[in-house]
Amino acid sequence: MTAYLLKRLAIAIATLILASMVVFAVLEILPGDPARLMLGLNASAEQVELLRNQMGLNAPLVLRYLNWVGGLLSLDFGRSYTYSVPVIDLVRERMAVSLPLALIALALSTIIAIPVGLYSASRRGRAGDSIAMGAAQLGVAIPNFWFALMLIYLFAVWLRLVPAGGFPGWSAGVWPALKSLLLPAVALALPQAAILARVARSALIEVLNEDYIRTARAKGLPYRAVLWRHALRNAMIPVLTILGLQFAFLLAGTIIIENVFYLPGLGRLVFQAITQRDLIVVESIVMLLVVAVIAVNLVVDISYAIVDPRLRHRQ
Amino acid sequence: MSLLEIENLSLAIGDTPILKGIELSVAPGEVMGLVGESGSGKSMTALTIMQLLPHAARASGRVSFDGIDILAATEDQMCALRGDDIGMVFQEPMTALNPVKTIGEQVAEGIRWHTKASRAEAEDRARKMLDRVGLPEAKFPLSRYPHELSGGQRQRVVIAIACALKPKLLIADEPTTALDVVLQAQILDLLRGLVSENRMGLLLISHDLAVVTEMADRITILRHGEVMESGDTAQTLSAQLHPYTRQLAQASMHVPARAKVHAAGSAKPLLEVEGVTRDYPGRRTSLFKAAPSIRAVDDVSLSLAPGQSVALVGRSGCGKSTLARMILALDKSTLGTIRFRGETITGKSEAELKAARRDMQVVFQDPYGSFDPRQKVAKLVAEPLHVLEKKPTPAERREMVAHALHEVGLGISDMDKYPHEFSGGQRQRLSIARAIITRPKLVVADEPVSALDVSIRAQILDLFAELNQKLGVAYLFITHDLTVARAITDEVLVMHDGKIVERGKTGDVLDHPQSEAAKALVAAAPDLHRAIARRMREQG
Repeated sequence: MTAYLLKRLAIAIATLILASMVVFAVLEILPGDPARLMLGLNASAEQVELLRNQMGLNAPLVLRYLNWVGGLLSLDFGRSYTYSVPVIDLVRERMAVSLPLALIALALSTIIAIPVGLYSASRRGRAGDSIAMGAAQLGVAIPNFWFALMLIYLFAVWLRLVPAGGFPGWSAGVWPALKSLLLPAVALALPQAAILARVARSALIEVLNEDYIRTARAKGLPYRAVLWRHALRNAMIPVLTILGLQFAFLLAGTIIIENVFYLPGLGRLVFQAITQRDLIVVESIVMLLVVAVIAVNLVVDISYAIVDPRLRHRQ
Repeated sequence: MSLLEIENLSLAIGDTPILKGIELSVAPGEVMGLVGESGSGKSMTALTIMQLLPHAARASGRVSFDGIDILAATEDQMCALRGDDIGMVFQEPMTALNPVKTIGEQVAEGIRWHTKASRAEAEDRARKMLDRVGLPEAKFPLSRYPHELSGGQRQRVVIAIACALKPKLLIADEPTTALDVVLQAQILDLLRGLVSENRMGLLLISHDLAVVTEMADRITILRHGEVMESGDTAQTLSAQLHPYTRQLAQASMHVPARAKVHAAGSAKPLLEVEGVTRDYPGRRTSLFKAAPSIRAVDDVSLSLAPGQSVALVGRSGCGKSTLARMILALDKSTLGTIRFRGETITGKSEAELKAARRDMQVVFQDPYGSFDPRQKVAKLVAEPLHVLEKKPTPAERREMVAHALHEVGLGISDMDKYPHEFSGGQRQRLSIARAIITRPKLVVADEPVSALDVSIRAQILDLFAELNQKLGVAYLFITHDLTVARAITDEVLVMHDGKIVERGKTGDVLDHPQSEAAKALVAAAPDLHRAIARRMREQG
């Protein structure tokens, strides 16, 4: 078990280092001089050169990379060109919106997908299965921003249950804040749930054909007990894999959804930063997202070992 | 009164009739043997008793167990019976246990479910049951997972699950088919003990007449879903009144006609193995220490003359398949050299091995798993041709495939079929055709008939014998089945714990084994003659 964990941890760290190099390199290659951008078109060459020196843009590449990584490690992400505040403050403020949003969406998609998958698998080929999988097919096909608009129309405009957009801040109280995150979370979660339900169904169907399911039935356990006690845990491995992969899509989805719902989250920040060529902010947020994805996948790897004892013993 | 009484049971899946008018009964404390070839409906009969049939199956007739009408019972009633009054053991121990639950959980689960016992009580009973089936606490604590156990040990766990609540009836569906003969003897012994301890009825399902004869008081012979014959084991098998009974008995004792040839030493050896050893890295115990190695094959030497047929016998895990892989240059030896046709093949590159590969081919155990289901026979059988010096034209290829198919008793029309269109026996013929298409000097066959029914297996053994005569191909048969060795080989090598512990003429070794390993194999091997003789004495 320890060897397995250490190995996974080492792989996660190596991926992180590699990803940081790629992020840094891509933004180096991109055209556009941040110093010129900040000073505007009328600035003289000397002024630009001066600012470049101040910002450390003229230092050698390796040194700049190491500086940047060192900054990241000490949570000093630099200053935003456009907002002129430390990036860390921006990120901290925006994270208070995006992190709960992503977590609620992730939880919601799992809570919807697993029971639907169980239901469909145990009624394979019957009407209930066809309806559930038809709905899932629709869920995969519908773009989430369109779905988000429909949700706004139904729940905010028509039923007036939740606000149509915006975020009152956590200082306004937990419930109002949660209420404004509810629709975006549903919009994010449903397409994910649709994919996850399909994966859960096929994983369960495969497991239900295994010999040990027959052994469990021969013990006298009713079908439902067999499903929950024996089939589900074995079907979790592919479900966990997809869950880990989906997290990255979920983060990408927040960029669109936060814009639709006018939420001051990381997704909106990165979108604005890209349009304004605020490269330091882009770099920092992309790196943050990379860390999140790698961390989630590390958690997935660890949960494999919890679910499957064979992994714990293998090298 | 009978414990289980099946009258006029018929079963259909969709429009396909599976069982027709089955009559069968089991009394308390009695062992009933249900014999038949694959597809005869043995397993379907068992699943009907358990009511674990596929959804589309429709059964009619009467099945009564201990006064309960099974076919009319509700699912709740069946759940109460399953695992409590009727236990079941399945064929494949490697997959019959849930890989993510401990053996303790799996044995205790049924006990808790049926008796509402507390967790501690159920675990206590599970512990006692595991002790009873020969898995003592010191080596097999409840916290073990299935993957930490061998096949034979897993089958003991499955038996512990089935017998934990002392069922009145145990159904064992090919319980030992996947195990080697020594393990088979041990498991059969265990089942016998459980029957006499608890006056449990046992319905033993098997394709192996010898196993059933050794175990069963009465026997029922099935074919195509119908009962051919049933009665006392000794009488039925000694009289062999029914032609199908006779056919089965003869097929299980079949010995192909072979002209005795090939005394070793006359010619230059075809294959020489000298001091070959293979180490595998074992389980690492510490992060900082190198893993101790496991020696799968230990200093093995042997030689094979052209046209000679040699059996390599041993229990599962003795290293025989690893040795075969090294001979086929599919695995590298740690130490030692292997020479084929006088040339060293150990440590050679794939390109250098091409010539040797032409002259050695392989036949695997499982005729279902060894073909790509999406390719046609013409392509599958022609596969080894890529090792030929000169690339044959498409017309030549077809010609060669047709010839090889003809030699194994298949027709030219079979060339454009897919593997699923063939029966198990025909598929094994296909893999033999694939093996002989390059005119090899040596064919290595890894348990080539153990997945086949007795009558098919007799035909395949005949085919091997015929090709040996006609083409002069030498065989290395890897098997744990001594009847195969006896039927078709000149010499026997007995392997144990990676070493060859005995070698000699097949008849000598099998009739007068010297080493402990060979003695154990011979003693455990079921033998129909011997079993009938013993039954006759017991049943009078």
